[in-house]
Amino acid sequence: MNSRDLILGRVRRALADVPHDDTPYDQAVDRDYLREHGDRSVEETVELLAENLADYRAIVHRCTGDELPGVLAGILAARGSASVVVPPGLPPEWLSAADTARVEDRAVSTVYDLDEVESVVTGCALAVAETGTIVLDGGPDQGRRRITLVPDHHICVVRVPGQVVSSVPQALERLDPARPLTWISGPSATSDIELDRVEGVHGPRTLEVVLVSGDGPDRTDANGGDQA
Amino acid sequence: MSGGTFVGMPAFPEAAHDAVNNKTLRANLRHATHTIRGKRAKAVAEVSDWAQLREAGKRIKDHTLRHLDRYLVQLEESVTAAGGVVHWAADADEANRIVIDLVRMTGESEVVKVKSMATQEIGLNEVLEAEGIAAYETDLAELIVQLGKDRPSHILVPAIHRNRGEIRDIFAREMSEWGRPAPEGLTDTPAELAEAARLHLREKFLRAKVGVSGANFMVAETGTLVVVESEGNGRMCLTLPETLISVVGIEKIVPTWQDLEVFLQTLPRSSTAERMNPYTSTWTGTTDGDGPQTFHLVLIDNGRTDTLADEVGRQALRCIRCSACLNVCPVYERAGGHAYGSVYPGPIGAILSPQLRGTASEIDASLPYASSLCGACYEVCPVAIDIPEVLVHLRERVVEGGPATREGTKVVLKPAKGHAAERAAMRAARWAFSHPGALRTGQRLASRTRRFHPRTLPGPGRAWSATRDLPAVPAEPFRDWWQRTNGGKDTGK
Ligand code: SF4
Repeated sequence: MNSRDLILGRVRRALADVPHDDTPYDQAVDRDYLREHGDRSVEETVELLAENLADYRAIVHRCTGDELPGVLAGILAARGSASVVVPPGLPPEWLSAADTARVEDRAVSTVYDLDEVESVVTGCALAVAETGTIVLDGGPDQGRRRITLVPDHHICVVRVPGQVVSSVPQALERLDPARPLTWISGPSATSDIELDRVEGVHGPRTLEVVLVSGDGPDRTDANGGDQA
Repeated sequence: MSGGTFVGMPAFPEAAHDAVNNKTLRANLRHATHTIRGKRAKAVAEVSDWAQLREAGKRIKDHTLRHLDRYLVQLEESVTAAGGVVHWAADADEANRIVIDLVRMTGESEVVKVKSMATQEIGLNEVLEAEGIAAYETDLAELIVQLGKDRPSHILVPAIHRNRGEIRDIFAREMSEWGRPAPEGLTDTPAELAEAARLHLREKFLRAKVGVSGANFMVAETGTLVVVESEGNGRMCLTLPETLISVVGIEKIVPTWQDLEVFLQTLPRSSTAERMNPYTSTWTGTTDGDGPQTFHLVLIDNGRTDTLADEVGRQALRCIRCSACLNVCPVYERAGGHAYGSVYPGPIGAILSPQLRGTASEIDASLPYASSLCGACYEVCPVAIDIPEVLVHLRERVVEGGPATREGTKVVLKPAKGHAAERAAMRAARWAFSHPGALRTGQRLASRTRRFHPRTLPGPGRAWSATRDLPAVPAEPFRDWWQRTNGGKDTGK
């Protein structure tokens, strides 16, 4: 017998006590937990996102769409970044004011190429206010997972309020499990040494999130416009 | 290269006795468990529906376990449809052989690893090493353990027993053996130590062609795997290599994508006391042009179906390895993780190891006694595993013998000789009770949770609990009992 049949056989014998008409999945779980915690206006939800991001030591900026190119240029200049990697579908206007060298992520680029780059700018799929989380789903303005991992400095643009949800349940509803997802809450961190929190072991040590509101140079919203 | 296995461990009482006499260890542990404990309570208090989330988590897992055959088949289909390859391993040897063959097929001789309990459980690193394949642990704490030729002592913070001075010494001494040496003049500040680890491991990440991981969850409906972590080493191992091999216990399934909404809320708060851990990665098979282009999932049994066969003990398979139960356990706090002789320490280890491995060895027979039954572990558990209930059930099995399942076959266990295990237990408990402060904390909790526990045990356990002085859950009587029997001294060594 192969191990698959062996294991499945063991499972079935182990469950001999379970009746055939056992409660089906859709009745087995009470979902009387909350879909979101608290009652907030759209503005308050965005405010909470900003607070929780900062609480997790992300650096938060807020601006309008028109101000975005200037803000991104300013962040890169303040950091002194010599180069910035950009996903293939990043709206070109976003970096129109920055004079930092742009590096396209191509299929042939190696991780060593990427390791030479200082910063990365991406959009996101959505952001979760209650947990201070941004979620990337590999969309055109976010690129391959590696580009937000190897450089030491990640700048992520969140369109507010369109891309903001309140809670984890609301986030999962909107995300597509077939895509590779990365949930990011603050920069890389460890507490392994006497539980002292240290930022950045392997992922980007600095996470800057730009909350951009209103109309801007880019009006497309890849994730539909449902408001949080 | 990695540290010893747990084979040949002394039984819990002896191992605990040594640990209790190690002052540094105890100070490190106390600091750590108390810090996490306090933070966790705050993080849990933030969500008003904690009780509902906990109940939902329990029910999702229970339902899955009760229909595990169906969900395993569904998972296999969905992972395969997404471009992954599924392998089945009945025991540790088979799982190890599958991984070795898969690594061989890539032609590589090294792998980078994400911290994983499952691969520790099967002793994968040691087996790979014996086959000439270097397995690099990349979680900072696992790196400390591996370089220190040591064993992990905590589920979440495996190097919890080491302080910064010890870590500095290990890095300075060992890093050069395995790759980039520690910087000259390395001090013991956590930031410098983390930087040393970053540089040491980055060269390994960038050249790695094979990654090995576990998974926190697998979604049957979609074939999605989930890894929850903090440092980014997980993301490195999951996305940079060409081949990814994930070794996962068959109990880690949830039926649907929506079910993650429960566990992604309860796991981070219970384990690191955060609203959300810094990084969560989910992947479904392979994605063209992004991440590993070859994905293997190795599903392991290794005692899980035997555990499933036990109607009382089965609930241990609900565990999501958050480690909250370790941090509140007065016995763990004093004995340390190594005393449990297993990769699963603390209260969950005390019920999981003797079920996964059977109670034939002295250490496994003594584990159900590695507890004061104070109930604190049950109270914090995000999937409401009634650890005290299972402990008492397993004590009964050790002392009275009775039916059990081993490697899929029903067996009848003989009682332990001359109640050896019970005697061992009394010795194990002695030091816990020599610290009245800890005991009192435990008892306060116990008296609050006691109403959740049956006063006598249902089923065959009733006879056992009725004829013993040790009540199912001692409120205060355990201590009285302790004094009445002279602290078990006449039965000690
Ligand atoms: S038994 Fe419960 S508290 Fe302990 S590690 Fe498992 S899930 Fe966490």
